[in-house]
Amino acid sequence: MHLYSGQEAVAVGTCNALSGQDRLLFTYRSHGWALARGMRVEALLGELLGREEGCCKGRAGSKNLCDWSMGIFPSSAIVGANLPIANGVALAARRLDEDRVVVTAFGEGATNQGVVHEALAQATIWNLPVVFVCENNLYAELTPASEFRPTAEVVDIAAAAAMPTLVADGMDVEAVEETAKVAVDRARSGGGPTFIEYKTYRFCGHMTGDPQSYRTADEVDQWRQRDPLEILAARLTDDGVGADELDEIRARAHEAVRSAEAAALEMSPPSVDDILAYAPSWMERTR
Amino acid sequence: MTVKRITYAAAINDALRIEMERDPTVFLLGEDIGKPGGIYTVTRGLYDQFGAERVMDTPIAEAGFVGLATGAAAAGLRPVVEIMFVEFMLVAADQIMNQAAKLHFLSGGQITVPLTIRTQQGIVGGGGAQHSQSLESVFASVPGLSIALPYTPADAKGLIATAIRSDEPTLVIEHKGLYFTKGDVPEGEHLVPFGKAAVRRAGDDVTLVGFSRSVEWCLQAAEQLADKHGVSAEVVDLRSIVPLDVPTLVESVGKTGRCVVVQEAPGSASTAGQVASIVTEQCWSELRAPVARVTGLDMPVPYAKTLEDVWRPSSDDVIAAALHAVGEPAASSRRDRTTASPGR
Repeated sequence: MHLYSGQEAVAVGTCNALSGQDRLLFTYRSHGWALARGMRVEALLGELLGREEGCCKGRAGSKNLCDWSMGIFPSSAIVGANLPIANGVALAARRLDEDRVVVTAFGEGATNQGVVHEALAQATIWNLPVVFVCENNLYAELTPASEFRPTAEVVDIAAAAAMPTLVADGMDVEAVEETAKVAVDRARSGGGPTFIEYKTYRFCGHMTGDPQSYRTADEVDQWRQRDPLEILAARLTDDGVGADELDEIRARAHEAVRSAEAAALEMSPPSVDDILAYAPSWMERTR
Repeated sequence: MTVKRITYAAAINDALRIEMERDPTVFLLGEDIGKPGGIYTVTRGLYDQFGAERVMDTPIAEAGFVGLATGAAAAGLRPVVEIMFVEFMLVAADQIMNQAAKLHFLSGGQITVPLTIRTQQGIVGGGGAQHSQSLESVFASVPGLSIALPYTPADAKGLIATAIRSDEPTLVIEHKGLYFTKGDVPEGEHLVPFGKAAVRRAGDDVTLVGFSRSVEWCLQAAEQLADKHGVSAEVVDLRSIVPLDVPTLVESVGKTGRCVVVQEAPGSASTAGQVASIVTEQCWSELRAPVARVTGLDMPVPYAKTLEDVWRPSSDDVIAAALHAVGEPAASSRRDRTTASPGR
């Protein structure tokens, strides 16, 4: 399991900048993205529990969330793999004369993958309506990403693809939304792709059981001072929203998760009689 | 049905043109397929007819453009990718094997990927170790890809057309040594189903199983076996290895009681081994001899012609294996390929 905690502002701010027909492709760290796009908590938790009512009917699990009806393409457990696929989704939209922008999110660790560079180049060459969202949480799995960065800044890699870049604070949901809108507007108006780096941080380990020996507790605490939820709460307070109202919003969110958890635990697992569902169509004949 | 005698390459070109004319979502992409028409002339003329949008030249970046095709397929188009040499498929292996092959299943049926990948493989002479391989079994080992390897020009046309109309990711692996062979090809729309083998020659004593170019060696061997040894060989052309036409294999071997499986690829972990296992399991009571495999050697394909000729199986090797199966002393086979294993 790869938790999204700490990076919430990136998903929420980006999804706020999109319209309903737009499409999203992200990575195995995508629980937050799915929820931000509108997936019901029950459908997400049902999938994590391997239930038939999960968003992928229990066939995929945490790493490959999908709800195509809301534009969520199956997220990928292979670092960088969804970037060229995002280009294809965008190409199809243009050919079919559909007004869709495609967002693909990935970590800064993905910028070392060859296919990422291929995808950036192709998006420029074919002027595709894609927004490349790099969530720089400082660590490529268990290694500081800076150790493997040949350039000063993450966005420097977009230079080889002659792609415009934007950099913003990934802990500030309003800054994210404002930045995303620039890129989304450019894509929607035929201006082509944009590469965005959001500076963010994951509060949990890379995956369940990560000993996190590569960073100090102090560092995590310092970043927690910049918790995107608290930054937003402080801003709402400044804007005159009362403490009671904020507490009520928090309570509603907790209750939504608690009741979804209870509902998901009641869901049935897939029937073993359906083992061949969604398998290659000829399996039924040859089994 | 009108037929025309054309090459394997022209037959594929015909299928692509017809499918593009009948379905505006079909488009081609690959290296040098547009204005240049492809290095084996397969896409010649299509750029002029359909334009750059539907016959897209791509950068030399196989993972990137196979990924792009996968996304386009999921989002409503029917891409037909050309991968210039089967070896380049390995550069895009993640996109083919981890992504395209699994998306329908992973999404619980929400996504379909009507993606066709055409490529070519095999030895024509002097290609060397990285331009001569036969890699069908690598891709057959990952569920989610249907795989056809046409031998005749008519099948090349019909299997490509079926692949393009399929809603599942499909590989059609052509053989570079077959592109300029000719055969009768039906004009107009022509579809050949996956999973239906063709009996190319009927016989009673031994079943020779081939696909792609190895059918040629099976047919040559069958003729010699009849003319010089009085052995009646049946030749089964698998046409597709995923799905595999098990009923036709069982029917043929049930009749002959003997089976020789022939492929150009090395024998280890291969289609020949898979066919031999299935035939052994399902025809055990009818079998009168062990199922034999005639394959390429388990080593890189050499460049020098003297070595390349020995590496590749030939009709003589098929004849030797067939004679061994029927209990006659083997004719002058250059080496025993039927026990190919790393330790031999």
